[in-house]
Amino acid sequence: MRPFDYQAPADAGTAVAAVAARPDAAFLGGGTNLVDHLRLGVTEPGLLVDVTGLLPNGISDDGGGLRIGAGVANADLAADPRVRRHYPVLARALLSGASGQLRNMATTGGNPLQRTRCLYFQDVTTPCNKRSPGSGCAAIGGATRQHAILGASEHCIATHPSDMAVALSALDAQVEVLGPDGERTLAFGELHRLPGDAPERDTVLEHGELITAIVLPPLPVAARSDYRKVRDRASYAFALVSVAAALEITDATITDARIAFGGVAHTPWRAHRAEQALRGATPSDETFHAAAQAELADARPQDGVDGGNAFKIPLLTRTLAGTLRDLARQEA
Amino acid sequence: MTEMLEHRAIGADLPRRDGAEKVRGTARYADESPAERPAYCRIVQAPLARGRITGVDPAVAEASGGVLAVLTPRSPGGRGAAEQLADTSDAEYAILQDDEVHFRGQVVAVVVAETFEQARHAADLVEVTYDEQPGDTLFSAERNDLYRPEQVESGDPPDSSEGDVDAALEAGPVRIRHTYTTPMLHNNPMEPHATTALWEPDGHGGAGSLTLWDSTQSVHAVGTTVSGVLGLDPEQVRVVCPYVGGGFGSKGIPHQNVVTAGMAARAVPGRPVRLPLTRQQTFSLAGYRPPTVQRVALAADADGRLTAIANDVVEQTSRVKEFAEQTVLPARTMYAAPNRRTSTRLAALDVPIPSWMRAPGECPGMFAPEVAMDELAHELGVDPIVLRERNEPETDPDSGLPFSSRNVLACLHRGAERFGWAGRDPRPGERVHGGWRWGTGVAASVYPTSRMPVSEAEITRVDGRYVARIGAADLGTGTWTALVQIAADALEVAVDEVDVLIGDTDHPEASVAGGSTGINTWGSTLVAAAQEFRKRFGDTPADGDSARAGVPPNDAAERYAMSAYGAQFAEVAVHADTGEIRVPRLYGTFAVGRVVNPRMARSQLVGGMTMGLGMALHENSLFDPRTGHVVNHDLAEYHVPTQADVADLRADWIDEHDPHVNAMGTKGIGEIGIVGTAAAVANAVWHATGTRVRDLPVTLDAVL
Amino acid sequence: MDHELTLRVDGAEHRLSVDPRTSLLDALRQRLGNTSPKKGCDHGQCGSCTVLVDGVRVLACLTLAVTRDGSEVVTADGLSAGPPGSGGDHPLHRAFIDEDAFQCGYCTPGQVCSAAGMLDEFARGRPSVVTGDLGADPELDDAEIAERMSGNLCRCGAYPGIRAAVARVGREREGTR
Repeated sequence: MRPFDYQAPADAGTAVAAVAARPDAAFLGGGTNLVDHLRLGVTEPGLLVDVTGLLPNGISDDGGGLRIGAGVANADLAADPRVRRHYPVLARALLSGASGQLRNMATTGGNPLQRTRCLYFQDVTTPCNKRSPGSGCAAIGGATRQHAILGASEHCIATHPSDMAVALSALDAQVEVLGPDGERTLAFGELHRLPGDAPERDTVLEHGELITAIVLPPLPVAARSDYRKVRDRASYAFALVSVAAALEITDATITDARIAFGGVAHTPWRAHRAEQALRGATPSDETFHAAAQAELADARPQDGVDGGNAFKIPLLTRTLAGTLRDLARQEA
Repeated sequence: MTEMLEHRAIGADLPRRDGAEKVRGTARYADESPAERPAYCRIVQAPLARGRITGVDPAVAEASGGVLAVLTPRSPGGRGAAEQLADTSDAEYAILQDDEVHFRGQVVAVVVAETFEQARHAADLVEVTYDEQPGDTLFSAERNDLYRPEQVESGDPPDSSEGDVDAALEAGPVRIRHTYTTPMLHNNPMEPHATTALWEPDGHGGAGSLTLWDSTQSVHAVGTTVSGVLGLDPEQVRVVCPYVGGGFGSKGIPHQNVVTAGMAARAVPGRPVRLPLTRQQTFSLAGYRPPTVQRVALAADADGRLTAIANDVVEQTSRVKEFAEQTVLPARTMYAAPNRRTSTRLAALDVPIPSWMRAPGECPGMFAPEVAMDELAHELGVDPIVLRERNEPETDPDSGLPFSSRNVLACLHRGAERFGWAGRDPRPGERVHGGWRWGTGVAASVYPTSRMPVSEAEITRVDGRYVARIGAADLGTGTWTALVQIAADALEVAVDEVDVLIGDTDHPEASVAGGSTGINTWGSTLVAAAQEFRKRFGDTPADGDSARAGVPPNDAAERYAMSAYGAQFAEVAVHADTGEIRVPRLYGTFAVGRVVNPRMARSQLVGGMTMGLGMALHENSLFDPRTGHVVNHDLAEYHVPTQADVADLRADWIDEHDPHVNAMGTKGIGEIGIVGTAAAVANAVWHATGTRVRDLPVTLDAVL
Repeated sequence: MDHELTLRVDGAEHRLSVDPRTSLLDALRQRLGNTSPKKGCDHGQCGSCTVLVDGVRVLACLTLAVTRDGSEVVTADGLSAGPPGSGGDHPLHRAFIDEDAFQCGYCTPGQVCSAAGMLDEFARGRPSVVTGDLGADPELDDAEIAERMSGNLCRCGAYPGIRAAVARVGREREGTR
């Protein structure tokens, strides 16, 4: 770990200016991902700008939805009665991530920006286009059990590790960003990007841009929602696949659906095609499987020295079907 | 027959003597040993599986601030070159002696700096260049260069053969022939290997003295190894280790880290040096359980009596140093059959050096046969417990000796009762409720009971108390407490009159805490010392009276086959949608002789079973043959069981009296808990799903 | 450049100057000689370094010391029935010994701190992923304790004892409420 400077400015504007002024500067939030990466040598910033003391850390009602300060800890967000009642998918996603200690540290703004858990990305002795653009991808043909089946490229097959982000994707959240040129708001679905030929860029944020809040819209469909995370170990493990789903059923017909997948792509994967297949259909196992198949038609599994990840296609299909089946049975 | 101690303290449910310090965190481990102004040491590792070092440039590192020394390999470039070692006959310890790279992760340079941060940063700045050669790292049973070792780790022959297995298989009528695999596994004690080392050039009468506060299962083994490698008299090296943050075999044989720490300390005389391995580094420098491929064949008559047992094992070793896991042993001794065969073949690769991991040999070597027995039971249509009853040997099938005690059937019967096995529907894949598929499975377990040949203890009367000293180790096993119980009974006094001091080479030499021999050996030694003490000083000794004795040999070991046994019962639930596998119940019943301390014994057995649960479902060192290293080399991706993975997990034991094993009647309990567990779980997964998984770990994709 | 900061650790105030790279864990262990929190992985993957910072359980290895200027840190050594560092046992200390909730002891101080933080979270009605009804207060059953303590690995496998110890202290607390 090379030496770096440290600043803890008093306000967000100063912090943004400080990071924008130095190409090797980075924001430090809860630190659960960045400090790990400093120690691994995955990232080597020359300046850390601590934003933990200056980010808004309250949750407020916002036109029927919720406005969540970027500094709100994951544990606090998951415990909020409004989130538990109106957005259970988000509470469950948060609670299924990491551990109690890490959820106390990780923040609303930082969690969606956590970087891939690709074993090769984290190991600086192996080539990785995301960590070191142009060096190649050691993951392709390597241990690929946890890698992408959707939207990968020949340059990168990494997956996004966040559970929270999968729920936010399904919930049509908005992201408020402060940058050197002022504020902007973007749809959560636009925040992350597919790897293409520039896997070093996880998101569309520019250097110096800081997430200040995440806004959840009023979303009645979210009252019947859930998050299913599938993993080998019963706790404290990243998802092999995960499903965030919300379902609205009126007179035995699906009238609205929100679906997103985790563990299968470089981004939290919003399953628009599956949603489309569900809307207007009668809830049944056939419907649910058809929805999964619609979304996974383009899925491309990876071979690997560990047996690869073709299992993710049936696994995700069955996980989605099971999640929807359980939601359909819930009292609205 | 050994004269048995009258048990008073032995068997008492006493709390651990080191408990108060451990729950507060004031017990000092190796990296925390008191040291004046310690320097920090960091290892630089080779990022290739095979090649030659062409140059090492420490200049940038040396200039990076706070750097006290950079040790480089002896041939390329002279500056900072490491000392020449006196004995490099064991290649594992030939650190920085030449320019060859034998495996990825090998030590290629060592940095010592004022602070931890400076050492870590400087290590990144050491420039090493290589002439890389293609590494030969792909383990496979199909390789054409497999070879037979002269012996396996236990000292037993690699192969065995009796009768004609092939003819028996041909004759049948019932046959099971399958290939089973176990993966590379890492011990991963919670405390990564660590040493604090101090070289005092004026010590030991000017010859110099080296003190190592090391995390080890054997202070004396570390002392002997390091003094030999560095060319010092054993008296020049003191090793201290009151507490070990877990070992599970990985701290049994000294590894490169402690020798490196000694070399680093000698490079900065008078300065204590701390060398904690990172978690990642332990994956290549601290040993591992090698992967195995086991071809098991069973033949039986229609009544389920085995006519043949074979296990042909292929396993991995490193090219630089041989390690032949004794995987073949259980198939030689567990069940009666007139025709038996085992074989061991090794693939020597450019990989890190394998070593001991909890029940080396018995653990993987029991998985395959115990799953095969389950398959045979199904094939025959008999209950798996009944099948084992029908194949219970009268004498040890391998040696022909009678058993000192063999209560495996008692374990199976008692365990079955506690688990509720009776009335089990034998059909696989038939029970679904609550969205889960349910099944149960059983497996037996065995682990040999033995006593090490060398150990000594001294008992001294001090201030009206009895103080025993022996260089034993407590890895969480409870030695600090259990030896007090044994010494008290041997001296026929109350436990609160006795202190036992361990973990220091200043104490008399003790054997390693390994192979479930600790209590058997050290306890026998203390009993001998107590007898000597009483013989010389009677029941009213004076302060300062002191007696020593060595471990007595056990003549009975030549007349009896001695082992601990157990039976593991697992209930699994497999999620009907996702295939996620959970183990709501895991019960073990064991026959381990006399139990010295019930709470600590239970914890050992439960702990072994928990590690077996990890082996069954989670643990898998993902070795990438393209790079030559374990790519999931951390605790986020090498999945040891979490609290949530352990549901209703219980261990108990039958009341076993074995007069032949030793004066305490103990058999050793550190390993037996893990043996058989993975087979029981895998058998239960089959019962739940109908899918027979023969490759560990059993993961959800296999049962989707 | 080193930074000056003040930490209150187990009731005692310390001024120290740290390299920004120094973790809270290394500051405690190497600078202040408080070896109660342990280094099992140094990457937030084992929980052995768990301490309470301003009353909340966190991982000291992933916390840069420089970010915690002015904080109150409590380790397993400072945990007590009274104010931090006031001496005497915390009920968790006694329960861990009575239930034999450890072997090697290396993860233990982290387990104890984690349990203290977790029981506090529980008392505030916080849910976990195994809480059936997110709208209701959770019950302190075995599954809840297990899930909430899963960020603390124990390779010795003392999990049943840990669960029993935490349950005992949790029940005692509920009884006094």
